[in-house]
Amino acid sequence: MTAPVSTSSVAVPALSPRLLAFALLTVGLALMLAYLVAFDQGALSRSGMYLHELMHDGRHLLGVPCH
Amino acid sequence: MRTFGSLLVRGLIVGLLAGLLAGTFAFVTGEPRIDSAIAIEEANASAHSHDAGSGHHEHAAEEEPLVSRDGQRFGLFLAASLYGVALGGIFAVGFTLLRRRLRTSSDSYAALGLAAAGYVGIVLVPFFKYPPNPPAVGDPDTITQRTVTYLLTLVIGLLAVWAGVAASRWVQRFGDLPWIRLAGGGAALVLTVVVAYLILPKINEVPGTFPATLLWQFRLASLGTQTVLWTLLGIGYAAAIDRRTPVAASSKVVAA
Repeated sequence: MTAPVSTSSVAVPALSPRLLAFALLTVGLALMLAYLVAFDQGALSRSGMYLHELMHDGRHLLGVPCH
Repeated sequence: MRTFGSLLVRGLIVGLLAGLLAGTFAFVTGEPRIDSAIAIEEANASAHSHDAGSGHHEHAAEEEPLVSRDGQRFGLFLAASLYGVALGGIFAVGFTLLRRRLRTSSDSYAALGLAAAGYVGIVLVPFFKYPPNPPAVGDPDTITQRTVTYLLTLVIGLLAVWAGVAASRWVQRFGDLPWIRLAGGGAALVLTVVVAYLILPKINEVPGTFPATLLWQFRLASLGTQTVLWTLLGIGYAAAIDRRTPVAASSKVVAA
């Protein structure tokens, strides 16, 4: 087995409950944003189909299934 | 060492720029295909204008569209940018949590490796099972099923990458050579994907009348868009967390 790489040169902070909480919050918000772009039909945005139609070309080209 | 906030802000900014450039690529390569597809859709719609409307959103010519075509062209940049920001945020979190488990002393290689893993799992694995379709292709009634299976391929893609990494580490006990690791990891990844592809339902909704060339060009444009996005995300993040510049700058300040 290879020895674990020394962590002194690594750019990230050590794991802590606080960091994990912020990480989870970030992922949650990012997933909401991705949902808004890729799947929303007014349920989250409360804008009816407006945002859905506005980002329609983008969704098709980003590979998300649509109608 | 950087704080999580600093790692995150860099991810969001890199994601925004990567998304904008991917949107530009999509605009140049994809928009003409979408226009062609919509023209076909409208021709079909007027040919079948006596059919009962399904109530799902349509691009039918006689309906006043909610967003104009120009609006949708702008929306393409908006969608790609927001998607890039979301991916950038998730990427930064992934980098922060996984960095110590990646066996490299180089933060740049770690960022590039993560981007490559994300590209394979989130883009390539779903792409080859459920390739994206332009407007005029796809049955509105199956959208829920297609969305669920698409999300499943995405999760399976990430699992397959994880299986590949785990296998490549496991086979090291039989010999720590690059080709052994590559073969072991590649075999586990491909095996996972093949099994998933066989189990997941087939979806074949392309009308026989839809031009094959247009479909191919659209799918290439879509794959290209996501390739640009992930390539720039990886290279951009590697550059953004590079600490040589700030260290050099601060040592100058100390020396002065």
